[in-house]
Parts: sequence; structure tokens; C-alpha cells
Amino acid sequence: MRRHATRWLTRPSRIPRTPQWMLAILLGALSLTGIAAPPSAGQGQQPAAGAGPPATAPEKLPQPPGPGDPTATFPSSPTLVAQGYNLYQAGCSSCHGIGLQGTPGVAPSLRGVGSGPVDFYLSTGRMPLAQPREEPVRSPPLYTRAQIDALIAYVSTFGGPAAPTADPARGDLALGLHGFTLNCAGCHQIVGRGGLTLGAVVPDLQQATAQQVAEAVRLGPYVMPNFDAKQLNQHQLDSIAAYVLWTRHPDDAGGWGISNIGPIPEGIAAWFIGLAALVIVARLIGERNEGAQPTEASR
Amino acid sequence: MSEDERKPSRGVGRALALAVAARTAWRARRDRPRRETAAPPREPDVDPRERTVPSNRRAETIVAALLLLAALFGFGFTAVYIVLQTNTQLLGLALGGALAALAAAAIVAGKLVVPQETSVEERGPLLVEEQAAEVAGMLERGGEGISRRALLTGAGGVAGAALITAALSPVASLGPRLEHIHDTPWHAGVRLLDDEGRPYVAQNIEIGSFYTALPEGGDPGRLGAGLLVVRLPPYYIHLPAARRDWAPDGILAYSKVCPHAACAISLYRYPTYQRTSNAQPAFTCPCHYSTFLPGEGGRLIFGPAGRSLPQLPLLIDPQGYLRAAGPFLEDIGPSWWNVRRSES
Amino acid sequence: MSLVQRYLHRRLERLIRWNEQRYGAARGIKSVMRYVFPDHWSFLLGEIALYSFVVLVVTGIYLTLYYVPGDSQVIYHGPYTLLQGEQMSEAYRSVLNLSVSVPAGLLFRQVHHWAADVFIAAIVLHLVRIFFTGAYRKPRDVNYYIGLIMLMLAILEGFAGYSLGDDLLSGMGLAIAYSVSMSIPLIGAQLAYLVWGGPFPGSSSFLPRLEIIHVLLIPLALIGLITIHLVTVMRQHHSQFPGPGRRERNVVGTPLWPAYALRSVGLLLAVAAVLFLLGGLIQINPIWQWGPYHPYLSENGAQPDWYIGWLIGALRLMPNFEPAVGNHTIIPNPFWGGVLFPTVVFAVLFAWPWLERKLTGDRRRHDLLDRPRDRPARTAIGAAFLSWVVIIFAVGSTDRLFVGLHISYSGQIHVWRVGVWVLPIIVFFATRAACRALQRSGAHPLRDWQGTVVRRSAAGQLDVVARSPERIEAPPTEEPVGTSPAEHERR
Repeated sequence: MRRHATRWLTRPSRIPRTPQWMLAILLGALSLTGIAAPPSAGQGQQPAAGAGPPATAPEKLPQPPGPGDPTATFPSSPTLVAQGYNLYQAGCSSCHGIGLQGTPGVAPSLRGVGSGPVDFYLSTGRMPLAQPREEPVRSPPLYTRAQIDALIAYVSTFGGPAAPTADPARGDLALGLHGFTLNCAGCHQIVGRGGLTLGAVVPDLQQATAQQVAEAVRLGPYVMPNFDAKQLNQHQLDSIAAYVLWTRHPDDAGGWGISNIGPIPEGIAAWFIGLAALVIVARLIGERNEGAQPTEASR
Repeated sequence: MSEDERKPSRGVGRALALAVAARTAWRARRDRPRRETAAPPREPDVDPRERTVPSNRRAETIVAALLLLAALFGFGFTAVYIVLQTNTQLLGLALGGALAALAAAAIVAGKLVVPQETSVEERGPLLVEEQAAEVAGMLERGGEGISRRALLTGAGGVAGAALITAALSPVASLGPRLEHIHDTPWHAGVRLLDDEGRPYVAQNIEIGSFYTALPEGGDPGRLGAGLLVVRLPPYYIHLPAARRDWAPDGILAYSKVCPHAACAISLYRYPTYQRTSNAQPAFTCPCHYSTFLPGEGGRLIFGPAGRSLPQLPLLIDPQGYLRAAGPFLEDIGPSWWNVRRSES
Repeated sequence: MSLVQRYLHRRLERLIRWNEQRYGAARGIKSVMRYVFPDHWSFLLGEIALYSFVVLVVTGIYLTLYYVPGDSQVIYHGPYTLLQGEQMSEAYRSVLNLSVSVPAGLLFRQVHHWAADVFIAAIVLHLVRIFFTGAYRKPRDVNYYIGLIMLMLAILEGFAGYSLGDDLLSGMGLAIAYSVSMSIPLIGAQLAYLVWGGPFPGSSSFLPRLEIIHVLLIPLALIGLITIHLVTVMRQHHSQFPGPGRRERNVVGTPLWPAYALRSVGLLLAVAAVLFLLGGLIQINPIWQWGPYHPYLSENGAQPDWYIGWLIGALRLMPNFEPAVGNHTIIPNPFWGGVLFPTVVFAVLFAWPWLERKLTGDRRRHDLLDRPRDRPARTAIGAAFLSWVVIIFAVGSTDRLFVGLHISYSGQIHVWRVGVWVLPIIVFFATRAACRALQRSGAHPLRDWQGTVVRRSAAGQLDVVARSPERIEAPPTEEPVGTSPAEHERR
């Protein structure tokens, strides 16, 4: 329901061309017409002639866990596969195809993706989508854990890498913050409170489990970059997962954390708690005390 | 009444008036007993002076209690400081509570204990004609007997200007000249290192991820040090003809510093499935959200940046390491008057 | 008289005599004690700012005892585990140590930061009150200019203090400040090099420079200007709202001694109490969570403190307009939002008293304030101008609005690029209409309403529905006075 109601809001916006008349108003307002503006959106360089690009964009495939790194194991049995087959055909095949081959322009193929992406997209409720073109965002999962296991078992029969995993207990918080700052904070905000990239919602991470963090890092869901084991090794992955779990209850030594995103809530508190309280005090002080006065002189 | 309704603004006013009237009526009913004994209707020019001495024993008790409460909080602060040391919440509560109790004591005393007085003070004149004339006269009499007034004034002015110039010229030595303003640590042959100092190997650069690179032998603390490195499939690469060999094996390097306001660009989006994600691979600056296409030479597609993201030509050396194939051909970082920009 | 009272009385008399024999100040003391403060809460907004400044100085002195303005890189080995082994500047380490290791250090740092936020907020609210009541007119015009200069200094001061920590957020803020300096045509690059001592992030003398600006130069300037501001107020006496017995020529209100002195001390203590409670209970700028700054690092949704927010909004709202002739950049983009916009805002504020004199031809001395509704044109222009700045300020938070409500960021930017010009026009007409309606109805939007409400009954009679305690007529009936006709003519 929620997803349907807000779809028009959450749909990633295309980057519109700057309407020329808007630009004209601004240029006029600044009295700087006649000076050439640099190329604005939509007036790009032409691709080099002769080097015709390939016709289709390649899909971004999930990165496998590094050699020797621990992997997540999901239950598998013929019964589960059969159950997963039924669930897949009922809930997924309309977009991803009866044989997992995908539908051009609608949904990618799931052959060979392995268990990680299935677990990630289903356990975070990002799949299934109501509309193929909408952005998958975190929602209550539609399937139970047992159903997700069945779907993993079925999709894994088509091959693919094992799912990565992370053990926050083996991670180092300082290393986690360091890696998070360099690789993740640009989008997710330094305390994992989420953010903005053009045309996509960057989720906050307070609901993410260590397993989901590991899967997301290796997979790169939606427009997120993916990170292989050579860039972030298992220890760094464990550490980042530990840091992400830490952000659920960060060290708010200063008191109420006001959502840990810095100056916007601080400014609101300064105006509407601090200054507002002082204005009330000023009203108490500045007005004549009605009780003590025989008459109200300053009304 | 009926002609009022033609103007919507009067309607707004009347609605407001009714709302306030309701509040006033409620207040008036609350205040009625006192109001009946109130003073007779005022004259237009009334004398507002009055003085009342409250002599309010209960208020005095309240003030004393508040002062003792403040003392209690004050001792509490010291106790917390000694026992718990760094518990900011208790320290703040104790000191804030002490101050609040003191404030309340002062305000209650100021309003309910000490004499309440409304007094009238006359505003004196600011300009008194005779005195202004007198001052002007005194100033002028100081110049009596001087015949070459213009010369002295002029010479004094020149001396003052010279001294001010002399006092201000050392400001110039605060900052160096702009001679090295175009320099970055990136020259032909400089290897790209990760933030732990390991050189990047070209074959480890994966499609779909982004890498922060720093110059070998260069100061990582400099603005121009940081690079963004990505690998793109040929589908997305449409570099200008002059840059066709800047991206060996589809690996591209850009300055990490936004050419708008010098923030580090640390957002990279790469669509999992391009036709539904509706997005090309792009860099976005998290300060003002300028967005650049790495596949098209850093072209700006959204945001306030006035020019493209500067690209660094790369090469892969025989050992497979990534090296700069040359310096930046345009200035990195924020723009200034006559900044070197790319040719496009 | 009891024995104790008599003893105290003698002591007091001796103290006064001791003072008089040396200073002969009795006349001055008497006139200060009889100085009359008009009773209205809005006259206390400036006092809130003043007392926040007092708290800033006190807590700031405490912080200077710990701060180290060093840019050399060190490795952290302290009690805060998340930054163990991390490379950082000495400056950041000193603020980190103050925050996590020094008892009560975090309290004082947070109180200082809250005080800065509240200080500038109180100044802005004070300015709004001054503007809409016409308190900037002669003889208070110079004091109004001094106030504006203090606002500019306060913003600079706040930004300098915010930047001293060298944490991730403040480093990003300094990068933007550097870019804005660079963008000034012709001299920008040299100016930025002068301030930073070289290219960003600057030479090792930059942080000491910033510190001395923050702890000495601007505070000294502020103290000097505050002194002039207050002496001027005392000399001219407070302005006051019109009311019974209140004329241009007099001031009606509570004398300083004793009631007002106690209330004012109460306000000082209340300001300190609110700031200490905020500092103890609500976290502000947790630099241990942001981590240290390096020029190749950044985070999403970085924001400056609220009083810089209007400039971030302008930088974000501005299209990518950067005039260039061939390859020669003429005006870099950050100039529009970072330099031109604040220059325009302050230029309008500075020019307004002169502009109003030109438009109305009114050069007289005014000691009675206007109610905003009685000057619909001024109130409407002020509201429109304020809404223009507030919209641009609000655009600075569109990214967080996107995160919270999922409203497309680029869509918001495109809407506001038009809205920022359209909405103030609507605000202008709406405010003017509201002023006129209020004038007619006699209602007061904040306080008691004054006037009579009548309703026509079915029989056609006018029934009084409600009546205010007393009706105060609008002031224009009384002629503003100066001391002499000559003063009316001159500026």
C-alpha cells in the first residue's frame, strides 16, 4: 500500500533539461545576458565518430566472495527447490521470465546470479516490485524466511557464486569507520543515516543486518557500486558490518542525538527549543505583571 | 456588512478578529471580578505613573526556596564532576538547573517582591542649536591665524594615505604568489596508490566500483591529490576524440575535487540494470549535487558546477600498474578568474 | 529599625561616600537607576543576543585553554576506540580530546556551540523586530547600521569557530569557503591565497590565523560595537510602542532599579540556563562521529550551521551559469550564491533607511514605534524580502527533505528556481492585504485584540458580540516631534 501510494514520489526522476525560459529569467535578473554560458544539460559532446558503441549496456554482476572467505549457506533440498519453483513462477516470472532469462527492457536475467542477490532483494523487501521501472526501496518483506530460502534454493540451481557473509564480531570498529568514510559515507552519510544521489534514494542503514551489508557491498544493489574482495577484503567487510551495526546506537555522549545528521536538526533546535524558550521567558519578563497591578496600564 | 463581503481581505480580517475576540472574551470572563473595580475610563492623555509595594510573603518564600534549589544544583554539579567526571547530561542538568533556579528567583523577585513602578522619563532633546553652533565655532577657532589652510590639509591627507598604505602593504606577504596555482602532484609516470599506499593494478579495477587514488610520492593532503578511478564497459565510453587514448582498457581517472566548490566527489552510481535504473554511471558531489558523466569526459548533467570534471590521462605500465600518462590539462578544484578549462 | 538594619544602612552609606569621594558619580548612578525600560517583550530580543554573547565569551575562554591550532598530522591513540590509529590533524585531536577525555569539556564545547546558534538567531529576530516596527529611523539609524555590522561579524565568527575543529564537516565547509573566495572576479585567487597562506587546505599558519581571528579579532570588534550600541541606546532612550500616556517626547515603563535590574539579571541567568540545558541534553556537532577531514573525503548531506544555510541554499539553487569568453572564465559559479547573494541582502538592509526616507520624505525624529500593520507598504516589502531569503535558506535543506519525504531533489531545485521569484510577490500582496484588514478590524495577531465586534441580528440590529478592554488608536494622529523645526529638516 505504502509503496503504491508513494510511487510517484519515489520514482527516480529523470534529469530534466533546464527549461530555457527559466534560464532566461535568471539571466535577465542578473543582467548578464550576452555572455556565453557554458554547455548546459543536453548539449553534450558528440561521441567520437567511427567508434560505434555496443548496442546494449552490460549488466552489473555481483562480485563473488574472495577465495577462502566465508560464505553464507542457505538450506537446500529438492522439496525446497520445488517449493521455490512454484513461488518463482507465481511471483517473479512475469518480469524475470519463466526460465530466469529476464525480459529485455524490463528485468535482468537471474541465471547465474547465485544466492546473495536473491537473499538481499527479498529479505529487505526490495523485491518484488509493483512496477518494473520503479526504484526498489526497503519495505517489509513480502515472503517469509522459509519462502525466501525456497526461492534461493530454486534460483541457485542455475549456478552462480556463493553468497558473501560478514561476521561483525571479528570486525574492528576503527577499521570499519575508516572504510565506511572512504567508500560509503559519500552516499550513506557518515553515521549511515542515508542520503541522496541524483535519481535514487540512498537508504539509511539502521535496519540492515550484517548479512545484508555483506551482500550489498559485494552486489551493489540498484545504482550502488559493488566492491570486490580485492578492494574490500573480508576483514574490512566484517569491520564495515560492525560499524553499520554500531550506527544503530552510536555513541551520543553529548545527549539526545537529534538523528545524527548535523546542522539541520541543530538549527531547528536552536530556533524552536532554545530561542523559543527564551522568547517565552522574555514575554514573562517584559510584560506588566497583571496580578500585581491594580490596573493594566500597558494594554 | 454586505459591501464588506465583496472584499476577501475584509473576510480574512473579520475571521481573525472573531478568533481573537473569542480569546479575549474568555480572558475577560476570567478577569471580570477585578475588572469591575478597575479605574474609570481613561482620558486620551493619561498619566500612567504608579508605584505599588507588593509586600508578598509567599513570593519571598518562593524566592528563598529557589535560591536554595540553585545551591543544591550547584553542589550537585561539583559532586557529578568529582564522581562521574564525563557524564555530560548530568553535568548539564546540574549547572543548567542551578542557573534556571537562580533565573526564576531573580524574575519572581523582580516581579512580585520588590516595588513595582511605572515611571515616565522625559526624552531630552538631542540637538540643541546653540551648542552645535558653539562646537562648530570652537573647532574653527582652532585654525585661527593659519593662512595656507588648503596646503596643510592636502599635505596631511597625503601623509595619512601614505601611512595607511605602508601599514597595509605587509598584508601581501600573508599569502604566496600564484605561480604554482596550476600545479598538481600528477605528472606523466606517477603511480596511482590506494589510501594505504599500495599501487593500483589495472586488472584489479572492476566495472561497477569506484576507487580513490592518491599520487605516489605526492602529498595526499593537497587538494589536487585525490583521484576517482572507474572502469567502464565500451557501451558507456564516449570520450572526445582528443582523449581517446586516455582510458586504457576502459579505466578512467578524474580529479576527486568538484570544480564547483572543492568538495570531494564521493558518490558514484552504476546501474545494475541500465534500462530500468534509468541512470548512466555518474559521479555526484555531495555538497551541491553537481553530477558528472565519467564516460563522457566528465560532462556536467546537473547541478551548479560551471565546467566539466577534469580528466587525467592514464596508462598501464608493463607491470600492470596504473600510472598518469600526463598532467591534468585543465585546472582542478574550484574555478577562479581565467581558470584553465577544458577545450570543449 | 532593627539593629541589623541600622548597621547595614550605615555600611551602605559609607560605601557610597567612599565612592563619591573618588568618582563623584552620584548623578550618573541616579540617572542610570531611574532609566526607564518600556514594557514589551520584543525589546528583550537584543538582550537575549547580548547574554548569549556573554555565555560565548565565558565558555570560549574555557575552550581556548585546550585547543591546539596545529595542522601537522598525528596518529590518534586515545580512549575513543572508533578513531584508534586514525591519522588526523593536531587541531582535530585537541577537540576530540576535549570532547571525550576532559571532564565537563564536552559540556562547555556544546554550550559554546548552542550559544553561537542562539546568539545569531536572537540577532536575526531582533533585526526583524527593528525592521517591522520602524525602529531604524532617526535617531537610531546609525545604531541599526552597527547592528548589521555585528550580524555580519557574528556570522563570520561562527563560521570561523565551526571551522577550527578540522573535522569532516568543517573541512568541507572550509573547502566551500575557499572556493567562494576564489570565485571573486580578478582578485579571488590572490585573496584566497592571502587568507589560506597558499592553496587549499592552506599552509600551517592558516589554523593559527583562523584561531586568532575567532578568539581575539572578531570578539574584540564585537565587544567594541556592543558597547557603542548600548551607549547609544542609553543616550537616546528606548523607543516605545504607542499607548496611553506614551508620547514621542517621553518613555513610559519600569525604571532600572530595582524591578528591571532583577528581571534583566533573571534573563541573563535564563539564557545561561537554557544554553547549559541544551548543551547537556542535546548533542551538537559530535565531531567524534564525523571523523577527521582530508581533502579527498566527504560525506552525504553535509550542511553548515544554520546561519550559513542561506548561502548553501543559494549555491545549490544557482544554475550552472559561469560566463566565459572562449576558455577564459570571467565569473566562477560560486560567486553568485556565495558572494553576490549575501552582498545584495546586506546592501538592501543597509540601504533601507535611506530608501524609506527617499520614498516617504519623512526625515523626522521618531521615538514612537510603528505597529507593522500601520505601515502596510514597509511591512509587505519586508515580508517579501524576508520570504525571498528564507526560501533560499530552505533550499539548503532540500537534500534532507528528499531523504525524509522522497521528493525528487532535482524536481525541487527546478521548482524553487521559479518559486524563489514568484512566492515573494505573493507574500507581498498577502501581507499588504493582511495589514489593511488588521487596520480595519483592530485585531492584534499576537496579543489582545482591540476594538468591537458587532453582528447584525435577524431583526437588523447591530449586537455587540465582543469588546476589547480598551481601544488604542493608531498613532498617526500624533505628530512626531523633534527638538526643533531645524532638526526635522536636516538628516
